[in-house]
Amino acid sequence: MHPITVTVNGTKYERQVEDRLLLSDFLRHDLLLAGTHVGCEHGVCGACTVIFDGAPVRSCLMFAAQTDGHRIETVEGLAVDRDHLHPLQQAMRDCHGLQCGYCTPGILMTMKVFLEETPNPDEAQIREALSGNLCRCTGYQHIVEAVKLAAERMRK
Amino acid sequence: MNFRLTQPAILIDINPLNELAGVNNGAGERLRVGALTRYRNLERDPATAQHLPLIAEALPHIAHPQIRNRGTIGGNLAHADPASEMPAIVLTLGGRLRAQSAKGERWIDAADFFVGALTTALEPDEMLMEVELPKAPPRSGACFMEMSRRRGDFAIIGVACTVRLDDHGRCAEARIGLCNAGDGPVFATQAARSLAGRAIGKNEIAEAAKLVQSEIDPGGSIHASKEFQRHLAGVLTMRALTKAGERARGSA
Ligand SMILES: Cc1cc2nc3c(=O)[nH]c(=O)nc-3n(C[C@H](O)[C@H](O)[C@H](O)COP(=O)(O)OP(=O)(O)OC[C@H]3O[C@@H](n4cnc5c(N)ncnc54)[C@H](O)[C@@H]3O)c2cc1C
Ligand code: FES
Ligand code: FES
Repeated sequence: MHPITVTVNGTKYERQVEDRLLLSDFLRHDLLLAGTHVGCEHGVCGACTVIFDGAPVRSCLMFAAQTDGHRIETVEGLAVDRDHLHPLQQAMRDCHGLQCGYCTPGILMTMKVFLEETPNPDEAQIREALSGNLCRCTGYQHIVEAVKLAAERMRK
Repeated sequence: MNFRLTQPAILIDINPLNELAGVNNGAGERLRVGALTRYRNLERDPATAQHLPLIAEALPHIAHPQIRNRGTIGGNLAHADPASEMPAIVLTLGGRLRAQSAKGERWIDAADFFVGALTTALEPDEMLMEVELPKAPPRSGACFMEMSRRRGDFAIIGVACTVRLDDHGRCAEARIGLCNAGDGPVFATQAARSLAGRAIGKNEIAEAAKLVQSEIDPGGSIHASKEFQRHLAGVLTMRALTKAGERARGSA
């Protein structure tokens, strides 16, 4: 067991974690933040993407023990409250950027950092940035539209 | 580990070794990349863009941004996946790697480092510390190209090449390496040699591409037969050599 202190969505958690506990399982089962989804468990699908010290990473490819002293953001930390979604969430809703929603948390966390680094992206850049997130429902068209709309609103 | 290919009894997290991360761009002709340098840092490193154009061009092909945010150069090279871009590039550039154990350190040439599929010359008690690569010389051009089924997938075949011109605009030296073309990264010795001292024209390039096709031994997969991989290797070699030649002519 490892004692860890990790900040998730601004809240500090002190926990004892098993050596082999994945970060994705720690978030879902220990912290009960089940918004982070798990699809493939080997880095391919992107559903488990969270923001680790400011960079989007696969939470299924890290151990919880590695997060000691670090900062994590998950989809639960995006919206201010129920009535005030993050511009990306609002745009996904307005553009029908999700169907089953399984891929959505990973896409939101990836796109959040992408738009911070690339506030005025063209479509090719958006598609490139989305390439690490699989969506089996939407065909991506509406997700691309949503990211464009969010970018536009966030620039204002 | 996620594929259950290894189930280590003891696992050491080397991520906190910050001194192994970063690019050391000294005044000399070589540049050193620490084992813990992440792909993403290399992508954003101006010295890499300037002196290692081959790597700069290949990085966006490696997996996805979320993987490149964590994946390290040392982990990539020590893992030595035959389909991976980096080993082929380090071999093409003729880099060398520094290994360290409790007993001491040694430098290993890339040609000796990559032994086979997922196998390197590292001893069980050795750790990879850094890789040293020659900076692109004047009058040279580099090009990396690969074909994969989707963005971020491992390459069906990938070609890395560099061309250096002499004062008469002929090829002084060419280097050609491939990924996913054999048991490990492949250096196409004969193809590279065939270009030395000659013009980089259509015929010379076609000849070199033929030699590349005979020098590789791709494994084939459900995504691409060996024949298709060999065909692609020829096509990509022609395109990459042409581009590298153009770039060499364009550089001062
Ligand atoms: C979805 C996905 C797509 C990918 N696509 C590509 C791709 O297109 N091209 C590509 O090249 N790779 C690809 N990869 C692999 C990726 O590049 C990994 O980052 C790379 O294998 C190294 O990972 P790492 O640095 O986390 O090393 P780890 O996974 O931590 O380590 C890999 C191996 O190297 C050993 N090791 C690590 N560091 C050292 C060291 N300093 N000294 C000695 N041994 C060491 C470890 O013990 C382990 O055996 C992909 C991975 C994923 C998940
Ligand atoms: S569950 Fe982590 S990438 Fe698929
Ligand atoms: S909405 Fe169902 S996988 Fe993307």
